[in-house]
Amino acid sequence: MSDAAKTPVLSIRDLSVALPKGGDRPYAVQNLSLDVMPGEIVCLVGESGSGKSVTASTVMRLNTLPVSAAQVLLEGEDVLAAGKARLRDLRGSRMSMIFQEPMTALNPVHRVGEQVIELLRTHKWKGRGVSPEERVQQLFADVHLPDPARLMNAYPHQLSGGQRQRVMIAMALALEPALLIADEPTTALDVTTQAQILELLRELQRKRGTGVLFITHDFGVVADIADRVVVMRYGEVVESGPAQEVLYNPQHDYTRMLIAAVPRLTPRTARPLAGAPVLDAKALSKIYVSTSFFKGTREVRAVDGVDLALYKGQTLGIVGESGSGKSTAARCVARLIEPTGGQVLLDGHDIAGLGERALHPYRRRIQVVFQDPYRSLNPRRTVGQAVIEGPLNYGTPRAEALERARSLLETVGLEANALDRYPHQFSGGQRQRIAIARALAMQPEILIADEAVSALDVSVQAQVLELLEQIRDRFGISILFITHDLRVAARLCDRIMVMQRGKVVEFADTAALFASPQHEYTQQLFAALPGRHWLEAGSAA
Amino acid sequence: MRAVLRHPLFRNSAVLAGGGILLLLVLIALLAPLLSQTDPTAIAPRFRLKPPSEDFLMGTDKLGRDVATRALYGARVSLLVSICVAAIAISVGLVIGLVSGYIRWLDGPIMRTMDGLMAIPGILLAIALVSLSGSSLLTVIVAIVVPEIPRVARLVRGVVLSIREEPYVEAAIGLGTPVYRILIQHILPNTIAPLIVQGTYICASAILVEAILSFLGAGLSSEIPTWGNIIADGRDVFQRAPWIILFPGGFLAATILAVNILGDGLRDTLDPRMKKRLGA
Repeated sequence: MSDAAKTPVLSIRDLSVALPKGGDRPYAVQNLSLDVMPGEIVCLVGESGSGKSVTASTVMRLNTLPVSAAQVLLEGEDVLAAGKARLRDLRGSRMSMIFQEPMTALNPVHRVGEQVIELLRTHKWKGRGVSPEERVQQLFADVHLPDPARLMNAYPHQLSGGQRQRVMIAMALALEPALLIADEPTTALDVTTQAQILELLRELQRKRGTGVLFITHDFGVVADIADRVVVMRYGEVVESGPAQEVLYNPQHDYTRMLIAAVPRLTPRTARPLAGAPVLDAKALSKIYVSTSFFKGTREVRAVDGVDLALYKGQTLGIVGESGSGKSTAARCVARLIEPTGGQVLLDGHDIAGLGERALHPYRRRIQVVFQDPYRSLNPRRTVGQAVIEGPLNYGTPRAEALERARSLLETVGLEANALDRYPHQFSGGQRQRIAIARALAMQPEILIADEAVSALDVSVQAQVLELLEQIRDRFGISILFITHDLRVAARLCDRIMVMQRGKVVEFADTAALFASPQHEYTQQLFAALPGRHWLEAGSAA
Repeated sequence: MRAVLRHPLFRNSAVLAGGGILLLLVLIALLAPLLSQTDPTAIAPRFRLKPPSEDFLMGTDKLGRDVATRALYGARVSLLVSICVAAIAISVGLVIGLVSGYIRWLDGPIMRTMDGLMAIPGILLAIALVSLSGSSLLTVIVAIVVPEIPRVARLVRGVVLSIREEPYVEAAIGLGTPVYRILIQHILPNTIAPLIVQGTYICASAILVEAILSFLGAGLSSEIPTWGNIIADGRDVFQRAPWIILFPGGFLAATILAVNILGDGLRDTLDPRMKKRLGA
């Protein structure tokens, strides 16, 4: 599609953006140059802190960070030199942006249709006989929203995540901008929804010839949609080029490392099961009942008759999209919440209905590592206090607990002097290691990892997965691994359970599941994996 | 001792400044008899409404009493009332709020009781208490504390409700941490910042409410010097003798400013995340 005669819709030359004093580096972005041609999708790839989002917001002039000696040309017009009024004109009409979290990008107190109409009005849109309402309906139809006339009157909370992102896209494209900036637009969405949104972006961009600057951390997504790729690290471009070249023949070490860190679709072979299960949950269910005077009683079956058995030293994966009940099931097993029905047998003792006091001795045997390492550690307590909290609750003397904490921190790959520091002084991956050390301090038999690597960068993700594998083998711990990502599950799990709407739809050895998924939903999950063809080509090579 | 002084608390300029002013005011209150030889209640009709001069540093009121002396002695009652009220209201409200926010089945009954308490006007309560047990410092403090408690409790409960959903609280449950320790170690520190703000407000309003109670005859007798009493006394002659209000008002302002600065400093030093930003 790229044509040398065309002028680029976006041309960035030597862009440097300074960070405020006291940041971890002087520049958020340094000497960045890139072009986006009409009808081209350029992917800006990098891990967190690489400066990719700052680049996007600088192009839109949404931040006020100082920019030095640079040119950002939007269809030949320098955005950096534009006044405030001109910028307001440009935003929305010539360049527009979609964000990661569609719920917060839409105003919750206005109907979605009104929000798009407002945009049309602000930019004095002239419809040539088409009313703004009709235009919005047409836009909603373009982004394949069902029943546009009715959906226009919906509030954001009444839509699903995917539908909200479609509304955002409709809004971004309403005035047919030359440039669309998409900042991780599918990261917060389920895989199947993500696949649909990527397909939609592809289709719209092809139809309208919009230039797209697509920001992502996921090489799978890059493989699916990119025409050209720009890889960033610490604010600098390390590699750029046509997608095929960067994906199949990366030149820079960092790009190679990133690509190598993407979990492959090669499932591990299941190790044989030995003995009786350590944990055996039978017909587990959790039903939320809400009673409202007007609407009567509503029942939500978050977990509906789930059976699961975990054997010593094994990893059982539970895979599902948001709302599938996978986390609720894990919380029931860990007894962070009380299941409505069913049994949770720990060495033959049912802990499903125990009160807090009776539960106490069993608690230490099941430990949980949570998704968000920024929130699962109390920011006001030192790492040492966090790690020894559990053992102290079970009567271990402080000195002994501290000694153990020190050695555990080394086990998870941190220095022992980390004990006296606070969680905010560590990176996301390090915090997750701390959370793992905290769980291990209890000497558990079962470790539940609830989306424990989902919030981490791919390279860090790979390291944490490796750590989990090591500790499983070293301590003989059984792991219940909850994830939405089949690729991650493939790396670690012996067997995988696929859940949908509270029920287990498929349960098989990882290898068998990957070789021939039986259930329709599992097949959909596989089909929706971003960058599938690339991953398969990669693992074959 | 040296180790204690090296604590970050003593290196924070806000804590030092606020604490310093407050300490000075407390010293003034304690040393009032040494600082002024005059009797704060002595009436001198000859010297009514005299402006500040060498003899009367802060002038005299309409009964010829020395405002400076009365302000010094007034610091005793006013500081005692404001600090006691704030301390009691915050500690009781904190406990009620923590329990009510964390233990679900107690939430309804406790909060409805608090709503009931809030519905009683403080002044009415004070009048009732005084008519029951006679006016004393204790009655005044109780009368001011009771309506403040529900406000603190609601504030704390709000914080607890949001913090209890934090994953680190869930993690603590998973570690077998008993409820009381979850409340103290994980939830309570988050209530400190809003409580300090509320506390400074309570300090200030307690001094004023005490004056209102005295004015209505439901508090301490108006001849006992308190900042509130002196100000209430000077209200009707403000245009002729503004010093009666301005000087005790200055003390009042200084106290509240000190409590505020101290509060800000405490909040910053107690939050480890702030340390990094301050570069300490």
